[in-house]
Formats: sequence, C-alpha cells, structure tokens
Amino acid sequence: MEFFQNFADRFYLNFIAEDRWKYIVNGLLTTIEVTAAALVVGIILGFIVAIIRATHDMTGKMKIPNFLCRVYLTVIRGTPVVVQLLIIYFVIFGSVNIEKVVVAIIAFGINSGAYVAEIVRGGIMSIDKGQFEAGRSLGFNYAQTMIYIIVPQAFKNIFPALCNEFIVLLKETSVSGYIAMQDLTKGGDIIRSRTYDAFMPLVAVALIYLAMVMLLEFAFNRLERKMRNSDH
Amino acid sequence: MKKSKILSAVLGAVMFCTACVSFTGCEAQKKTLVMATNAEFPPYEFYEGDKVVGIDAEIAAAIAADMGYTLVIEDMAFDSIIVAVQSGKADIGAAGMTVSEERLQSINFSDPYTTASQVVIVKEESTVASPADLVGKRVGVQLGTTGDIYSEDIEDATIERYNKGFEAVQALTQDKIDAVIIDREPAKVFVSQNQGLKILDESFTDEEYAIAIAKENEELLEKVNESIRKLKETGKLQEIIDKYISAE
Repeated sequence: MEFFQNFADRFYLNFIAEDRWKYIVNGLLTTIEVTAAALVVGIILGFIVAIIRATHDMTGKMKIPNFLCRVYLTVIRGTPVVVQLLIIYFVIFGSVNIEKVVVAIIAFGINSGAYVAEIVRGGIMSIDKGQFEAGRSLGFNYAQTMIYIIVPQAFKNIFPALCNEFIVLLKETSVSGYIAMQDLTKGGDIIRSRTYDAFMPLVAVALIYLAMVMLLEFAFNRLERKMRNSDH
Repeated sequence: MKKSKILSAVLGAVMFCTACVSFTGCEAQKKTLVMATNAEFPPYEFYEGDKVVGIDAEIAAAIAADMGYTLVIEDMAFDSIIVAVQSGKADIGAAGMTVSEERLQSINFSDPYTTASQVVIVKEESTVASPADLVGKRVGVQLGTTGDIYSEDIEDATIERYNKGFEAVQALTQDKIDAVIIDREPAKVFVSQNQGLKILDESFTDEEYAIAIAKENEELLEKVNESIRKLKETGKLQEIIDKYISAE
C-alpha cells in the first residue's frame, strides 16, 4: 500500500500541483505543431530534390540544380540536427527576432527534406525503365510521365520508408529545447527541474511519444493496406 | 480483463524501475567523493582546458581533502544535479545552488558557504531600469535555476528557459529577449565579455549557496558541515572566493 501511496503522492507533486500538467500539454501541442509543419516542408522539399536528382540520373540534364541538391544533401546529412537548429537560430537568424516555432519548423523541415529526397529518389529509380518508355511512347511528355506514371508507383514502394522518416522526425523535435522552445521534452524537463523527480516526468514524456508513434503506425498500416488494394 | 492485464504490466515495469533506482543508490564505500556540477557557471565552475575549476570546485576539493577523499567532478545539466545526488550517482552537488523550500523537500543542504544574488542583465539602451520594470517583458533564464523559479512570479512576462546561461545572454544580445535573470558573479563575467550589456543596480533576489547531499546520507552531511566550519575558521574559504571574485 505504501508503494501506491508514494506513487500517488509523486504523481500529484509532478503533474497536479501548481498545474504542472500544463507544461506537458502545451509542450505536446508545440511538438505536434512543429512536427506537422516540418513534415509538409520536408515532403515538398524532398520531392523537388528527388525529381531533380532522378531527372539528372536518367537524362543527364539539370547539371547545376543537381549539383546544388547534392551539396544540400551532403551538408544536411553530414551535420547533426541539433547543430543545424542552433545555427539557424543563433547564426542565420542571429540578428532577427523570430518566432522559435518557425525556426524549429524550418530546421526540422530542411533536415527531413534531405532524407525524404533520397527515399523518393530511390523509389523513382526502382521503377522499371520500361514504364518510362511506355509513358513516352503513349505520347506523354517527360513531366507528365513523371507525375502520372512514375511517382504514383514509386510512392507505394517508398511508403514504409517515408513513414519511418516521419516517426524519426517526430522524435527528433525533442531537441528543440536547445533553443529554449517548450516542446514536450522540455515540458518534462521543466517539471523535473521543479520537483527533482526524474522518474515521473521522464516516463510520462516517454509514454506520450510512444503513444503518438503507435497511433501513427496504426494509421500508416491502414493507409498501406488501402494502397495495396490496387495490386489485385 | 485486458485492461487489468495492461495495468499490471505497467505497474510491474514501474516497480522494476524503482528497484533499479534504489539499487544504484546503495553502492557505498568508495574512496572518492563525486561532485555533480554544471560547469557553465563562471566563476563558480567553468572549464579551464579540460579541467573544471572555480569556487565550488576548489571548495569541494578542500572539503574532500579534509575528509581524506579524492574529488571527482561530473559535469551535467543543472537540472539533473539534484536527481544525480538523490539517486547516488553523485555524492554531493555543488553548483552555486541556492537553498530553497522546494529543493529541501527532495534533498538536504549543507551549511551555506557563501551568499549570492540574482541580478538582471539588460542592454545598455534598455528601458528596464529596475526589476519592477520586467512586467510583460521577455525574460531569459537558465532552466532550473532560482532565477527561473522566481521569474515565474513576474506578471505577464514570457519566460524563455535556456539550457545554458550564456545562451540566454546570446539571445539578449540578438534582441530575442529583453532581459536575463542570472546569478551575480556569472552575470559579471557575461557582461564583461559582451559589449553593450549592463547589470541593473537593484538585485532581483538575495540568497545563500550550499552543497546538496542526499537525504539518507546524514553521515556525509555532518562531515561536510564539519569541513565547511573548518574552512571558514582557517580563512581558506574566503581565500578561495577572493581568488575568483575580486572585491569591489
């Protein structure tokens, strides 16, 4: 019984006293906001880069854009996301007063874009060359073949890898505390700095991330099954 | 049915974790005194080369020497120090730590070894002239410090909690925030290193620094208090402080 009483007391101290649960809830909302927006930025950026790179690989055109894309990939994949976040906040926007959420969205969006780009390019390259030739001989131009024939097939193949990237993105936003943004992890840290209890806030934060990822996995599985319907 | 299964699984996991925590707490009998600190807080603790030096580091070394131990310093985030001491990962916490009611609930403190105050840093051209002007302003603090905790009482202010004090100062120089609340001594260092900053004459709060020790470790608490008493009597304590803080 003592254990449960102790547990209840600690729960009260960490989450109920002084409305500390608000740190968790507000942090969660910020995390969701940043992740969702960064996801959109990442996908748009990723698809653009992937198409430029794939076009170069297949046709040898777009030499300069391809070079720029490769620099982008090397730089972003070659440096840790925390460092990128700090550079964007303290160096690139050094003299500007900018919303932290916007900084985080830009940083995580640009970061995610690099990974999405290579996933998408892999998907495009995996489609049989015959599909491309078939599209062209049916009278589609290059862009139409890409949009109507190649990308839809590629998308189905890369879907699991993309989901994986989204899950990574969600968890990566946990470093946004470095720019004093109050996301879910920072929310837990603030509670920890007030109550000096490591267990409760950290486990609560971990369980919330876990629940979000499980929810995402569930949604992704449903979507994937829907897409597979067209296989038969 | 299923619900109760999940519940018992969760409770099982919880108990397992608690057991782990208490195990780590009871490995005793070592010849070293482990001090947890956050070495980004000059002049109390900061890096000189790859060594942590400063007032707290030297006082802790003197205490350890007095007790016949060798001092080992563990550098960590400020908000992790009390947790580290509580869980036995460190024996003492010395990091310019203020004695407060809230902290006393989870940890014991030695006798205070020095006094300090929280001050407000602003830009030279700032309209903030006293702590009372902070109402409605954006205030930067270091997470878990007393500045952070007391700043919550400022009306309508937005509190931005940085992991490191100097990051808050950096944000201030870039106009991302209006003021920084931090301990006086590090504040002096930050202001001397950055142009266009000043410390307000009126301090935000006044407080005492002490060493954190786990509640169950009363024996160590007594020994540390005894050593602090000796250091005070011999004048060694003041000597260490004077070495880092030049009298005004």
